[in-house]
Amino acid sequence: MLDVSLRTHLSASFALDVSFAAPPGITILFGASGSGKTTVLRAIAGLLRPHGGRVVVGDRTLFDAASRTDVPVARRRIGYVAQHLALFPHLSVLENVSYGIAHLDRAERDRRADAILTSLGIAHLRARRPGEISGGERQRTALARTLVTDPDALLLDEPLSALDYATQTRMLDDLRAWNRERGIPIVYVTHAHREVFALGERVVVLEHGRVRAEGTPHEVLDAPARHSLATQAGFENVFDGLVMSSRPEAGTMACRIDGLDVEVPYSGADDGDAIRVAVRAGDILVAGEEPRALSARNILPGEVRSLGREGATMIARVAAGPVFEVHLTPAAAQTLALEEGSRVWLVIKTYSWRVIQM
Amino acid sequence: MDVEALLLSVRLATVVCIALLIVGLPIAYWIAFSTWRWKFLVEAVVALPLVLPPTVLGFYVLVAIGARSPIGQAWTSWFGEGLAFSFEGLVLASILYSLPFAVQPFAAAFAQVDRSLLEASAVLGASRLRTAWRILLPLSINGIITGVVLSFAHTIGEFGVVVMVGGNLPGVTRTVSIAIYDDVQALEYGRANATALALVVFSVCVLAAVYALNRRVWQVQPRP
Repeated sequence: MLDVSLRTHLSASFALDVSFAAPPGITILFGASGSGKTTVLRAIAGLLRPHGGRVVVGDRTLFDAASRTDVPVARRRIGYVAQHLALFPHLSVLENVSYGIAHLDRAERDRRADAILTSLGIAHLRARRPGEISGGERQRTALARTLVTDPDALLLDEPLSALDYATQTRMLDDLRAWNRERGIPIVYVTHAHREVFALGERVVVLEHGRVRAEGTPHEVLDAPARHSLATQAGFENVFDGLVMSSRPEAGTMACRIDGLDVEVPYSGADDGDAIRVAVRAGDILVAGEEPRALSARNILPGEVRSLGREGATMIARVAAGPVFEVHLTPAAAQTLALEEGSRVWLVIKTYSWRVIQM
Repeated sequence: MDVEALLLSVRLATVVCIALLIVGLPIAYWIAFSTWRWKFLVEAVVALPLVLPPTVLGFYVLVAIGARSPIGQAWTSWFGEGLAFSFEGLVLASILYSLPFAVQPFAAAFAQVDRSLLEASAVLGASRLRTAWRILLPLSINGIITGVVLSFAHTIGEFGVVVMVGGNLPGVTRTVSIAIYDDVQALEYGRANATALALVVFSVCVLAAVYALNRRVWQVQPRP
């Protein structure tokens, strides 16, 4: 268990005041850039001294302002993979990975370094320098260098941000497999909505240096008061509805929102259950005429209520029963000759819907 | 050619360079990393030899290590001979005189090393000393070589400080620049020329070797 409570102010305009607990397993620290995520990690690692608060890992107090405890960085036994990885450019992959276990005798050191390099699939790169390998390989090396030290807690600052989705998934599986027998708290910082759902046992949402919400991704999305969090997580459209008929064998269920029937993924809910469903504005297609012979199950006629532009995104509000927010490119809006009052059809794939149990 | 003077100068410069590595690296480390608000005062003192005439520096060093000073007396009671007008006294004066030529490139090189690498080293459990040895020094090697070369050249070429502190004792404090000056005063232009030419050739060789080495060292630097 990692218990964190921190108070500090980095500048006149930015104050940090957070407390949260990270149990064994992955805890996501989620927030927009500038919300203080990296600052929290740096304070836990001891790279930044907060003005007040405590950091406790298991039964070891690493920092306590009240008792003036401040364990030096090198003796905290916290693994920290910074966003820019900070691999040592003059050392080989093997030397980088062995760096934190130099206190072990040579045979043991080589055995452990080899084991972690092999399990992360980078054993063949051991003699290369960080400048000679790909971004994904560098990220694996940084992860290996930290994991091999067997830390008491692990802090990852957007470690997968530069990777494609498939590689991300593989690395997360590796990380989970590694942690299965150790069961240490892993604090995983991200601002990517996708990763919150892909990873999350637990989410702590940071906003302007404060904890806005914490819980499972669904809890965080679920609470009505936190509607803006669902929006923040990329779900511009969140609706309450009723399950009309569920078809577990097909993996879908029909759901009625504001008199509109839509097909959403099966969530285990029973007929008549109240549920909340969400869909991203960017996952909705707009058609100028009624589409035919289409695999998407939700084809909803509607009318454009308003049309606005935000940077490179056109934002349309389309009434189709409930009002949907739809994002599209200016070029697409032009091609469709969209304007207020245009008749359109919204196309939503079943699996674009996210079901939030109530 | 005054071989004795030439060898003495090389010996002096070598000893001074080694001493500057031992003294200068910690000072440079402190300058690069300290957050003390009065740090600039220390930087100013270190840079002083850059602006002071060598005679002024030499004069104060002479006063400080003379037979009547506490330092001079302590030295005499330990080693049985005076510090002034000795090779050791000359080494001491030369260290002070060449200090900025070593410390400034060292400190500049340290300051350029990516802080996140030093942090990563600490997070991985390395002590400050180990971080300095394994990360900071290898990544600052160009600046360190530059500092050593500059100090070496500066020590070989010094004149005023040697005249003030060392005097002109053959084989002890009579360095090459003093020897050349003496030869010229004695109108022995041929002898002065031979010594001077040897010094020029030697300097070119040393510098060429260092820059050749430096070029190879560059290749281990991170790519942009």
